[in-house]
Amino acid sequence: MNVRNYCKLEIMSLPENVSFARACVGAFASQLGCTLEEIDEIKLVVSEAVSNSIIHAYENRGTELITIVVSLLDGRTLEIIVEDYGKGIEDVARVLQPSYSSEPSRMGLGFSFMKSFMDELEVISRPGEGTSVQMRRSFVSKDNEAYA
Amino acid sequence: MELELKQVRNTLIVRIEGELDMLAADQIREDIDKKIDNSEIKNLILNLEKVTFIDSSGLGMIIGRYKKLKGKNGRMFIAGARPQVEKILYFSGINKLISVYRNEQDIINLQGR
Repeated sequence: MNVRNYCKLEIMSLPENVSFARACVGAFASQLGCTLEEIDEIKLVVSEAVSNSIIHAYENRGTELITIVVSLLDGRTLEIIVEDYGKGIEDVARVLQPSYSSEPSRMGLGFSFMKSFMDELEVISRPGEGTSVQMRRSFVSKDNEAYA
Repeated sequence: MELELKQVRNTLIVRIEGELDMLAADQIREDIDKKIDNSEIKNLILNLEKVTFIDSSGLGMIIGRYKKLKGKNGRMFIAGARPQVEKILYFSGINKLISVYRNEQDIINLQGR
């Protein structure tokens, strides 16, 4: 797919930066002509992925880095990649199971939201090296609907 | 995030304004637990009228307070969630454990019966 637009954001692994990351990606997504409800869903999945990096990958160390790359592919598909360089996930299939949680206070809903609100979700992880969460969702923009 | 805590007899009313993510959840958890642990509070009304965003960290904070109050034979209620927040509450299934009402007054009327 052709990349029509692209944005790369690098943040420190601080809770204060979660809202900044989701607001940036939400603003980027708005060029797709999606609804406010869809933008809220995009912000939610970014919040979940970045929070996972802070809590699980870095175990709340605020001194590490998280990279968020968001791309607009072919004018109607949004790709979001959230990467950390933390401890990684031993068993990716297990953490993708519904309601799996190593941290009971977060209910294990993070990946459930990502799966539900995105069309595609891929988690690539190497223990000791880090995790890359790659998500895609296609939108039918209001402009496209008018010509459909 | 703004937080207002008000105690009426053994009920704590918590009004939250802003985004309920991991940063806000930690602060709210701490403030509510301090109140619950140091008083006769048994019931909690969580007013989400002015909450514009919630994620699984926020949901985790809510479910944690629910379990804590259940341990004291107390009850918890949610009031006034906006549609975008209500959608996430229902998606998570929290509404099966904690009743969600339109506003604080509906809960107070119910308790008065």
